[in-house]
Amino acid sequence: MTKQFDNHLGIIGWLGGGRWGIERYLYIIHRVAGLGVLLFFMMHIFESSVRVFGPDRWNAAMNFLDSPFFKLGEFVVYCGFAFHALNGLRLILIELGFAVGKAEEPVYPYRSSIDVQRPLMIVVMVMAAVVILAGGMNIFVLD
Amino acid sequence: MEQLKTVPITFYIRRFDPETDEEPQVRPYLLQVEKGMTVLDCLHRIKEEQDQSLAFRFSCRMGVCGSCAMLINGRPMLACNSQTLDLTDSVLTVAALPNFNIIRDLVPDLVPMFDVHQRVKPYIIRKDALEMETPSSEYFQSPHQLEEFLQFTYCIKCGVCMAACPTMATDRQYPGPMPLTQIYRYNTDSRDDGGGERKDLAAKSRGVFGCHYAGECSNACPKGVDPARAIQLLKRDLVRDYLNLGKAHPCAKTHPLPSDVERKPRIEAPPFTAGV
Ligand code: SF4
Ligand code: FES
Repeated sequence: MTKQFDNHLGIIGWLGGGRWGIERYLYIIHRVAGLGVLLFFMMHIFESSVRVFGPDRWNAAMNFLDSPFFKLGEFVVYCGFAFHALNGLRLILIELGFAVGKAEEPVYPYRSSIDVQRPLMIVVMVMAAVVILAGGMNIFVLD
Repeated sequence: MEQLKTVPITFYIRRFDPETDEEPQVRPYLLQVEKGMTVLDCLHRIKEEQDQSLAFRFSCRMGVCGSCAMLINGRPMLACNSQTLDLTDSVLTVAALPNFNIIRDLVPDLVPMFDVHQRVKPYIIRKDALEMETPSSEYFQSPHQLEEFLQFTYCIKCGVCMAACPTMATDRQYPGPMPLTQIYRYNTDSRDDGGGERKDLAAKSRGVFGCHYAGECSNACPKGVDPARAIQLLKRDLVRDYLNLGKAHPCAKTHPLPSDVERKPRIEAPPFTAGV
């Protein structure tokens, strides 16, 4: 067989974006947020495990983490968690066949299931924004 | 006769010659484009007037055969179905469809897609093999039953959805939007009884649940097939099936012809037809 060029986009295909629809960006953020929250959980387990080395080590770790940088990090993790959880609920509903509509005759200009689920997507994104704002208030203002 | 106004458009075409190139290279071509010229027309003109070595695939020139899919200005679409001046007034990039290997220039290797398509058994499977071989009458199907899958029969297997799908970009085990849509199309056909035979491919861990609803397949599909919808409905059916919640749909029965109607004589297939 003659040589062929492998034109699979790889990770660029997720992250590269381009001129895509909004759900494509939500797909990317959902995956990145999921991986981010997973990374946080692993770091959190590591951080909590410092306790076994005694109160001095533990207090030193707590002092180290008590800085504006980690506070911002906490907020970023919270944003990722809130987005991933709420968008995940949207995906579960869609994957159970809700909000995608029934098969219909394709008549130009086509209306796809993406248009059918858009109101749900908007409601979920507004909810995510409200939850993130409330969390931000709690972390930066009330805390 | 009134002279048609032309617009100079620079085409940046990603070229690849397997005999000389290690990787594709972008080459510019300046072309005077008239209103009404599709991207495919422009490629033909470039080939005729500027560079006869340019390779691309086409057949029907009317959005029916699915041969001419390529990446135009960063989006997968049919070259024969895209008006150049609707897309740009100065530059246009053209490249081979991503998520497939490139054979040469704008020609992707679609064989892996057709292989998976073949594996989903895209035909009616029934237990009454004898009736299928020597039909005695029609299978009954109501207009409502037809509507449940008709949208997905419009697929022309162009591969645009496969190129638009971000899961396809990283997961080579993922069957892709087109074959998964065809699984749903045949599973939902009231005449079909082959859902069990397609289940392995659909329900495996890298199967239909690899889709996380980026929705780009449906945005890009030139025929309004809406693969994202078929894929979500297929997931729903698999979940229902797993939880034993689905209503059993008995396979369509034969519908005897009214006594005053005669069947058309069977049309004999030509001797060279595959499978005869
Ligand atoms: S579903 Fe649409 S984009 Fe995908 S192969 Fe079929 S016609 Fe092409
Ligand atoms: S040439 Fe047939 S679809 Fe474009």
